[in-house]
Amino acid sequence: MSWLDANLGRIGDLALTHLWLSVLPVVLGLLVAVPVGWWAQRHPRLGGVLLGSGSILYTLPSLPLLTIIPVILGTSILDPLNVVVVLSLYAVALLLRTAADAFAQLPREVVDAADATGHSTWQRALRVELPLAGPVLLAGVRVVSVSTVSLVTVGALIGVSNLGSLFTEGFQRNYTFEIVTGLVAVVLLALLLDGLWVLLGRLLLPWARTERSAA
Amino acid sequence: MSDNVFVGAGQWLTDSAHWSGTDGVPARLLEHLGYTVLTVVIAAAIALPLGLWIGHTGRLRGLAVALTGSLRALPTLGLLTLVVLWVGIGLTGPILALVVLSVPPLLAGAYAGLESVDRHTIDAARGLGFTEWQVLTRVEIPLALPLIVGGFRSAVLQVVSTATVAAYIGLGGLGTYLIEGVQIRDYPMTLAGSLVVVVLALVLDAGFALAQRSAARS
Repeated sequence: MSWLDANLGRIGDLALTHLWLSVLPVVLGLLVAVPVGWWAQRHPRLGGVLLGSGSILYTLPSLPLLTIIPVILGTSILDPLNVVVVLSLYAVALLLRTAADAFAQLPREVVDAADATGHSTWQRALRVELPLAGPVLLAGVRVVSVSTVSLVTVGALIGVSNLGSLFTEGFQRNYTFEIVTGLVAVVLLALLLDGLWVLLGRLLLPWARTERSAA
Repeated sequence: MSDNVFVGAGQWLTDSAHWSGTDGVPARLLEHLGYTVLTVVIAAAIALPLGLWIGHTGRLRGLAVALTGSLRALPTLGLLTLVVLWVGIGLTGPILALVVLSVPPLLAGAYAGLESVDRHTIDAARGLGFTEWQVLTRVEIPLALPLIVGGFRSAVLQVVSTATVAAYIGLGGLGTYLIEGVQIRDYPMTLAGSLVVVVLALVLDAGFALAQRSAARS
């Protein structure tokens, strides 16, 4: 336990870094996937190719990708940016499918009604389609968020500090408690972040909750 | 700088010295595939009967969903290092961890596959006098096959990816080039190893995509 007392500050720092390395890819992934997914379901042929390449991207193993990206970007292998880029790619790959499905399942009548009431394509997308797709997008974000928090730890193998560093250190020092601490911290961080997404969803999509309780 | 790493990786891959012996690409590739097959076979022996039972009876479904969901949150590197400290260096620890990670996709493929079968088809089979066992083996499993194969696809790719990480705890396989390369700053070797793993993942995924398609057609 004295190890925990002595290292509490450092674990806090690692958790904070870990948080940033997890949040940034999910947000970037969402910002890319929503417009592209919206476009993809309106243009099925090219959109299908796009969704297909997204799922191929997701099959690429994380550790190899973490060592390939710095060579492409010209960054140092120790640069945290590599982790952000790789995890953003995964987030886009997963959320692209979610976004396309979310927009595709909107009731035809609602979209037509928006057109009939004089909404331009942009107004319709932003004021009608995006809010209605919100709950499905949120569900996708929660799945991606959990797996991203877990994947960040792989970065510790190439020297990017985060809670995963507790695994590599604990392993080298043959100290089980440090690894268990890391596992607990990672799971807690994933839960915390999930709670934040749910909270954000309630603030931004208040109707989603009333809909569910009415059903 | 980055161009040099690419050129270096190209030279590394075309150097015949890296294609023979116990540390050569073919040996490491076989090792990697061997671990993958061993892991998925053990995991399937556990997950398939369980998943088929859950899908057929509809019992414990909530537990299975919660289990597959929460295992996604578990960091693979943490599990691998922890298991090795518990079980000790050797094959048992890493394989055990890899099995734990590949059970959820196989389980999900099996129960989701059975759930996707139309209830009317099953009732019709019962009406024709099929026993429960016949319903399962002659109706449900054949119709669920594409999703069951999909479960194998996710599990295999998951293991190929995680086995790379497991080189850190001494499992061997293709991940050795990556881990050693980073440790001794031999980035061309790291990149070469990464490219081999990526090609392996893409080839396996394409193979499973074809298998899924033929399972859906038959």
